[in-house]
Amino acid sequence: MTTWIDIFLLALVLTDFRLLASSRLGAIIQTTVFQAVSLSACMLLMAVRPISIYIIALSIVTFTVKGIILPWLLRRAMREADVQREVRPIIGYSASVLIGVVLLGLSFIIFMPMKETVSGSAFLMPGALFTTLTGLMMIISRKNALTQVAGYLVMENGIYAFGVILAVEEPLLIEMGVLLDVFVAVFVMGITVYQISREFDHIDTDRLSELKD
Amino acid sequence: MTIYLILLALIIICAGGVVALFTGASYKAATWIGVASSILGAACAIFAAGSALFCGYHTSIHMAWQIPFGSFYIGLDPLSAFFVVTISIVCAIAAIYGAGYLKSYSGRKKIGAAWCFYNLLFASMLLVVIARNGILFLIAWEIMSIVSFFLVIFEHEKKEVRDAGWVYLVAAHIGQACLMCLFIMLAGGNGSLDFDLFSVSADKSALFMLALIGFGVKAGFMPLHVWLPDAHPAAPSNVSAVMSGVMIKTGIYGIIRIIYILGIPAQWWAYTLIVIGAVSAVTGILFAMAQRDIKRLLAYSSVENIGIIISGLGLWLLGLSMNNMVIAGFGLIGALLHLVNHAFFKTLLFFGAGSVVHATGTRNIDLMGGLLKRMPHTALLFGIGAAAICGFPPLNGFISEFFIYISAFNLLTCKVQGGPVEGGLIAIISLCITGGLAAACFSKLFGIIFLGEPRSEHAASAHEANGSMLVPMMIVAILCIFIGLLSPIAIRFIAPVVEQLTGSGNATVPLSMASGLLYKISLAGLSVVVVVSLLWWVRYLLLKGRVNTKGPTWDCGYLFPSYRMQYTASSFSLPVINMFRWIIRPSLNVEIMKGYFPVKGKVSTHTDDIFRKRFFNPIFRFVEVVAHKVHKLQEGRNQLYVLYIAITVLVLLLIKLR
Repeated sequence: MTTWIDIFLLALVLTDFRLLASSRLGAIIQTTVFQAVSLSACMLLMAVRPISIYIIALSIVTFTVKGIILPWLLRRAMREADVQREVRPIIGYSASVLIGVVLLGLSFIIFMPMKETVSGSAFLMPGALFTTLTGLMMIISRKNALTQVAGYLVMENGIYAFGVILAVEEPLLIEMGVLLDVFVAVFVMGITVYQISREFDHIDTDRLSELKD
Repeated sequence: MTIYLILLALIIICAGGVVALFTGASYKAATWIGVASSILGAACAIFAAGSALFCGYHTSIHMAWQIPFGSFYIGLDPLSAFFVVTISIVCAIAAIYGAGYLKSYSGRKKIGAAWCFYNLLFASMLLVVIARNGILFLIAWEIMSIVSFFLVIFEHEKKEVRDAGWVYLVAAHIGQACLMCLFIMLAGGNGSLDFDLFSVSADKSALFMLALIGFGVKAGFMPLHVWLPDAHPAAPSNVSAVMSGVMIKTGIYGIIRIIYILGIPAQWWAYTLIVIGAVSAVTGILFAMAQRDIKRLLAYSSVENIGIIISGLGLWLLGLSMNNMVIAGFGLIGALLHLVNHAFFKTLLFFGAGSVVHATGTRNIDLMGGLLKRMPHTALLFGIGAAAICGFPPLNGFISEFFIYISAFNLLTCKVQGGPVEGGLIAIISLCITGGLAAACFSKLFGIIFLGEPRSEHAASAHEANGSMLVPMMIVAILCIFIGLLSPIAIRFIAPVVEQLTGSGNATVPLSMASGLLYKISLAGLSVVVVVSLLWWVRYLLLKGRVNTKGPTWDCGYLFPSYRMQYTASSFSLPVINMFRWIIRPSLNVEIMKGYFPVKGKVSTHTDDIFRKRFFNPIFRFVEVVAHKVHKLQEGRNQLYVLYIAITVLVLLLIKLR
């Protein structure tokens, strides 16, 4: 069982690297789908036997929201804004991957003292933290609004993973809260991005810096 | 029962204010509602507080509240009741005055809004002195600050008014910040913000200093007075009267309340208060001396009187810490009585100033003069106020300063080992200097405004104030004379507070000594009145049936007198100013006349507030420089902001989880 959890966590970490390395929006959105799959699988695998109906329902909802609805929303926004790729990131792709490696190392260092206290895989906490940091990294280093929305989604995935680990006994309330949060946020952002692109013919966020006082 | 009455008063006042707000542009409706609700509310409050003072009904209401640590907990003990009475009297009278004063603004300004803020100010002041919970107190305090800010910027189209408002707002919130720290620290012991559940676990001296700064900003003693000389002239006169008469006293209330909660004081607190009092009194009146703006002068004089009150409180603390109840009792009686007295005569003076400003259209006393003939009633009432504030017997200012003197002299004569003689000496010397300077300052003020010949056409065309402005002045003047002549009655009003604040049973000796003294003073005062009236009667008899000629005021045997030959405000005060040049540092600009024949010359003086110029301005400039440097962090890219957050989170995780 632990092996399978490890495999899915490894998938999570690897997809994080793919997110950091890719410039095409389509690939990024595709990767978030993978993450959703690994997350809901992790959830099923970690749950206490026998698996309750709630857990199954929750993992199905998770997959539906994060793996189907949100990617669909993002693709739609992408189509309507007519952007295919991030053109000029603030931090380049190779540099992003290198920083990602450093962040992964940091995540392991941070959770080193807690290795024994958490049951399950040793990858769990560092993996969750790394996913969160990857999301933040995407928000920081990219200019395209859609990439940033995807970054937000990835960050929430990380938080969700934390929830899976820490609240495996009574996850329902917390997970539903996070899900709802993400859903509403991405929904709103998808619409906003579309509006921005219609208004300004592009969705680069650096123009927003003119709004400062 | 009584506590519900005061709750009713609060409701009446607030409701009156809200209704006045919706009367629109109608001056009459707003004024009637504002005045009626103020007077009705004040009557309820005075009745409630009076029964708490004299019949000893110390009641309270405690209601739960959703706000964390908050509860709607109000109570009436003698200390609160004393302040409730003072606030209510002044606010009700000032409301009547405001009805006449605001008339000139009708049509130009939203009078309804002014009455709404006025009533809210009244209600919030009442709530401040009856609140028994930290949160409730802070909320009431904040409402008081904000509402008075709106009243200060009533004439917001003038730039200097807006500037004064900003200074006041900043000062008020610096004070508020200190008070928040104070209450959080007080609640630290057992996590409750109810006043009677405070367990003082933190360092008492730190709490005292926080209270002193937090409440001191509102009370306005030196050097925390900087907002006062700007805000008081900017506000309408009825509001200046309330602000100077009672609002700054809520700061004194706070200091007394916190000391009462903290228990037996340390001796250095007493010294701090005495020194602060001495400095405020002397420098306050010196700066008043150098002013030409009538309301600014009165504002500085408020600083002086707050200094006298603080000195009295210092002697009270010194007495308590030495366990000498005569010193403590007399100091406290002096401080409380001076608080009431100042509330009355400063209100009277601000009313008078308002009438004068109203009549002449200027606040510069160098443009006035000769108003005694044009506004005889105002002049008489203003004169009574000026005499009272200088502490001339048999008026009320004398009584209170007298008690502070007695307390200080008692301190000098008590032969305690290593006795704190210095405290008494400082208080006596500062009071002496202050008294003399106050006499000089107010003779200048009265002389320049009312005596001589008009210095401008503004003054020449002045008219007497209307009845709604004169009647309140008369009421306050009568109160001043009443306290001065019948002080044994006035002291009954203060006795319960003194008993509360010196510990039960400790107050009997000083109080009986005090009433013995007061009987003698009253007798002397009444005999002065009798003698003066006899002399007046003799004069009347002598003049009866004879020809009574009247001549020009400023003749001096010169054929063509000009108003420019009179003393100006600056020249009158020059000798005193020169003596204290090292403190107040006036700047003198003289254009020296050149050539052999007389040409036009020019001389002008200007006095900046040294505390503002040398102390606060550098601090605020430093803050501004730092803020500008920090502002570079706000770069405008949201990516950068997220980076700040990410770095913070990482660093915290690394530190906390390692």
